[in-house]
Amino acid sequence: MAVAQGGPKIYDGTRVPSPIPTMLLVPEELQGSEDLLQVNFGPNHPSTHGVLRLVVDLHGESVVGLRAVIGYLHTGFEKNMEQKTWWKGITYPERIDYLSFQNNELVFVLAIEKLLGLEVPEKATWMRMCLAELNRIHSHLVWLGTAALELGAISMFWYCFRERDQILDLSEMVAGTRMHTRYFQAGGLAEDIPRGFFPEARKFVDWMPKAVDDYEALVDQNEIWLERTKGIGLLSADDAIALGQSGPVLRGSGVEWDLRKAQPYLAYDQVEFDVPTYQNGDVWDRYKVHMDEMRESTRIVGQCLDRLEEMEGEPWIADDRKVVLPPREELHTSMESLIHHFKLVTEGYRVPEGEVYVAVESARGELGCYVVSDGGPRPWRVKFRAPSFVALEATATCMSNALIADMIAIVGSLDTVMGEVDR
Amino acid sequence: MPGFVEARDEHGELTVVVEPARLVEACEHLRGEGFNFLADISAADYLGWGERGVAGYIGTADGRDLNRPGSQGLERLPEPRPKRFAMSYHLLAIPDGRRLRVQAWLDEDEPVPSVVSVWPTADWHEREAFDLMGIRIEGHPNLTRLLLDDDWEGHPLRKDYPIGGEPVRFSGEE
Repeated sequence: MAVAQGGPKIYDGTRVPSPIPTMLLVPEELQGSEDLLQVNFGPNHPSTHGVLRLVVDLHGESVVGLRAVIGYLHTGFEKNMEQKTWWKGITYPERIDYLSFQNNELVFVLAIEKLLGLEVPEKATWMRMCLAELNRIHSHLVWLGTAALELGAISMFWYCFRERDQILDLSEMVAGTRMHTRYFQAGGLAEDIPRGFFPEARKFVDWMPKAVDDYEALVDQNEIWLERTKGIGLLSADDAIALGQSGPVLRGSGVEWDLRKAQPYLAYDQVEFDVPTYQNGDVWDRYKVHMDEMRESTRIVGQCLDRLEEMEGEPWIADDRKVVLPPREELHTSMESLIHHFKLVTEGYRVPEGEVYVAVESARGELGCYVVSDGGPRPWRVKFRAPSFVALEATATCMSNALIADMIAIVGSLDTVMGEVDR
Repeated sequence: MPGFVEARDEHGELTVVVEPARLVEACEHLRGEGFNFLADISAADYLGWGERGVAGYIGTADGRDLNRPGSQGLERLPEPRPKRFAMSYHLLAIPDGRRLRVQAWLDEDEPVPSVVSVWPTADWHEREAFDLMGIRIEGHPNLTRLLLDDDWEGHPLRKDYPIGGEPVRFSGEE
């Protein structure tokens, strides 16, 4: 099944290991060899992006066997969310992928709204989009900083975190907290957008494209960077799809697939942006996708600000008293509002029976949320389709014929967040 | 479609229920129809579905029912479910973007065949369903625990697995 058309062939056939697609088994002729060395890479290792453990069999410098062991950060988010009311549950998804928190919050809120059939005011939709894109830049910056750091480009880390801090400042201005904002509510936003947000966000939008140029200037012509990323960790388009890859990994393999374009949610069909796609399926191409996406996200943020500035004074949350908290000032004068407030806070709102699967394009790819409701105030079952979890499944395929030193670059390029892998 | 039981269209999402025994056949058929991308496999436990006081929680070891008052008194009882467990396979067709949910219903201890041969990405998803929900996957090449320790007892996402109920060891003697 050819998916990528026109691009060069990355390799013939498939490289997905068989029978276990996520594990490289030591070839028979090497089994029992005295030259084999089994090494535990992680779970506590600065290059594993958290607590990933890779058990590698080395033959000299080549990796001949590989097994990923996960679960060191398993915290039972899904079980916990079954115990919380719907609106308290919103705080959980953010902590699952702690770099792409707005997108995680968004997907759960969208799932609730889909079950409730709730209409969201336009202003909230655009603000959600604005924050989701800022958050995508934030996530890519942390990825770029840490992935480059692992390959020895230390200064990149400081540059990336400089801009990351600006985004967190914007988060703080809007929601009061720098990360895990819980700013999205079922029905809209938790509060109106503060007035100071627009000029500050504009400054950032003007600044960011120059910053991306700076990052590229730092490494793009660096011989070491080129040597360590080009032609490393190959993944063909067909293998990427068979392994369920999404986001920058899939687009780096030549598949032009972005949920924001293919199945637009929020108002992505009303903004202009391109989907960067690269054809070679190596670490370099995944890096380039990230860089281009930061530019595209900045473009989207700019367009969101244009629209939002015209919406001064419009409502930011739906006027549905069965779901949305009444305005604070009404509590002093209206008995009915007081009752609604009390019921919502103590018991929560009820979500009609049903099951939905909502997917958004998070910074790492297709982030899905499968929710089952029994009609009560708590979710019956919440399941997240975590893009990093799936990305790690591709490690074995990307690592075939690789050297131990490439492993750092390859695992880094898959852009995994262990919180999301283990949930 | 092989093994077809029923189809539902809810919230604009199409669900096709198939017999567990013919799941692989059905999945191969669907892959031939263009569903080349398996997005997710979700297992759900419906033990106590629609009964009072068990929506999400049964109780702690000392008998406290933390479920009250929130989950009491549903406005109406939910539709009964055919069996205890549901396995939902969320499919996607790239590049045309069609989505489909394939669902198989299972009794306790009823096995479901593995779809790793159809979509390699199912490997970890199925191991997770086995690990956290105790679904018996048949024909999986490497069915071991994924997120929890190998010697973990029970399957935490089951509804009869209480939160706060797992033993915490403070010393080697306990």
